[in-house]
Amino acid sequence: MKKIHFSELWCSSPRYWGGLAFLAFIILTGLGAAYVMEHNGHWVTGMSNQIVWGLPHVFAIFLIVAASGALNVASIGSVFGGPMYKPLGRFSGLLAIGLLAGGLVVLLLDLGRPERLIVAITTYNFKSIFAWNIILYTGFFVIVGVYIWSMIDRKAHRLYQVTGFTAFFWRLALTTGTGSIFGFLVARDAYDAAIMAPMFIIMSFSYGLAFFIITLISAYWWASRHLGDHRLAKLKNLLGVFVGSVLYFTLVYHLTNLYITQHHGVERFILLEGGIYTVMFWLGQVVVGSIVPLIMLYSPAFADNRFATAIASILVLIGGFFQIYTIVIGGQAYPLPLFPGKEVISSSFFDGVVASYTPSVAEAMLGVAGIAVSMTLVAVGARMLKVFPDDLQDPEEGTA
Amino acid sequence: MTEPSEQPNTKRREFIGKSLLAAGAALAAPQVLLIVANVRAETQGVSSEVRWGMLVDTNKCVDGCTSCVDACHRENGVDLLQRPTGQQDEMWNAQRPQWIRKVKLRDRQTGRVTNLPVMCQHCEFPPCADVCPTGASFKRADGIVMVDRHTCIGCRYCMMACPYKARSFIHQNVENKMVRAPRGKGCVESCNLCVHRIDAGNATTACQEACAKEGHHAILFGDLKDPQSAISLALKAQGSYQIRADLELNTGVRYTNL
Repeated sequence: MKKIHFSELWCSSPRYWGGLAFLAFIILTGLGAAYVMEHNGHWVTGMSNQIVWGLPHVFAIFLIVAASGALNVASIGSVFGGPMYKPLGRFSGLLAIGLLAGGLVVLLLDLGRPERLIVAITTYNFKSIFAWNIILYTGFFVIVGVYIWSMIDRKAHRLYQVTGFTAFFWRLALTTGTGSIFGFLVARDAYDAAIMAPMFIIMSFSYGLAFFIITLISAYWWASRHLGDHRLAKLKNLLGVFVGSVLYFTLVYHLTNLYITQHHGVERFILLEGGIYTVMFWLGQVVVGSIVPLIMLYSPAFADNRFATAIASILVLIGGFFQIYTIVIGGQAYPLPLFPGKEVISSSFFDGVVASYTPSVAEAMLGVAGIAVSMTLVAVGARMLKVFPDDLQDPEEGTA
Repeated sequence: MTEPSEQPNTKRREFIGKSLLAAGAALAAPQVLLIVANVRAETQGVSSEVRWGMLVDTNKCVDGCTSCVDACHRENGVDLLQRPTGQQDEMWNAQRPQWIRKVKLRDRQTGRVTNLPVMCQHCEFPPCADVCPTGASFKRADGIVMVDRHTCIGCRYCMMACPYKARSFIHQNVENKMVRAPRGKGCVESCNLCVHRIDAGNATTACQEACAKEGHHAILFGDLKDPQSAISLALKAQGSYQIRADLELNTGVRYTNL
């Protein structure tokens, strides 16, 4: 069996530092946006007492969900013993940590009182899924950190199997927790569904792998290293399975709601009459985010086309973003059912009316900065740690 | 340059000693001040023998009257908040705190029109308190659901969880506020049944008082656990309604003729 060598990502200076400088610039604009929001208060955003979680939450949840999914490649290597995936485990762990950190930065900076982070990590209400998530997120950093260490350092290799399994179950718990943020909201018609937790898990598989494929292709291109077609084809086929599964879970979620008379209103809203949310669902999530990538991933016409795989992965991420937007914002925009059987003639606080939301530039800048934080951590991590194999040539038949 | 000496440097020791003393004092001072402050606080805790609640007779609630809303917002300093310059009506209504609001409904089947105020329903099992990560949303022993503004981090999960849209996030700087109603940018708040009045031994709320003053008497406030209280007797005598009764939250605010 050919031994695989890992080395730090060593790009020519202008390309690497230029990339980092660009990311740093985006992060700075995001911090500026967060400062404007915190200094003035949230009135400068599009958020209100009607739409309480806005665009920053969409970015944050998107990144957090993708983070746990990015770890999948490592899990396939160690938990399910996939030899093709094993050399990619280190990078998978690094990407997972980077994405989670990026998502959490956005979540934190969108708090009304971000300076009270210390309160959040010292005062717990254990009935709150949010409180559990704080523990799950912190634990994820520690476990995945040890997991990467066990993969890189020979002395720590005995921890590899244990941390591999722990990380796998921890990531399942983490995404269950993220999905349950919505699943446990009993009062809102769009949420209050136990399927939210498994649906978020399968969403994480899909977004995480899409992120993984894009960053892997770009890193190998960046460092002028070789990446085998066969390996990429395996990842590509797996992504197709995940994209199909997300579509299936979405179908079950909507069919369940369509059976329940009480939820007909919200289904009509999302699927037919919700304006921007309906467009985002059908065009964004279903067509651009699922059907087109599925064709690109499975059509023989694109069989060995690396560019098509990259584009398909980007489309999966765009579709995923719209999916989270529809869940988070669309779910809030639909009015709370306070008075069944009654029509609201007047209310000073929009009872019975679809809430309007126009995200501000500041919110978008903060969200994009979250992605930049993730990518910066990955770029710096890959430069400092031996996460990338020097060469990812396809193994010969029968070997790994 | 001084010669190295066998003797330990006492100046350094002295400095470390004094630093430790200063650090200790700095740590202890706030606790001492808190103890001093607590001496003057209420000595009696809140009792679970009492559960404060409200009964609204929608037949008596008059169309177009907003005296309860005005009184509440005056009492709790909500009207002291200034609309940001240039903000449109719609956004201001969506962002300003509304502890209580008037709603007018028409029955789809019968066409009957009802008016009612909606505020925090002071659930026995409040979803806002369940989801709050820090425990800042809580229910007092006497049934009042409120927010501890010292531990609220402004995550707004309680607002997502509240079935009644009863909670408000403070979206702007707070320049003026009342001692009895603390308020801060970035924290969440809602109706607390005029808790400052209750703690001062006064068993009326601003909204109830204002409604009675107008001669409508649509709001009844009192102790749900006292079988002889006016509210308990009224609830016993006639059928009442909880908004979103299907969630089985056992609300402290009830409605008749809805």
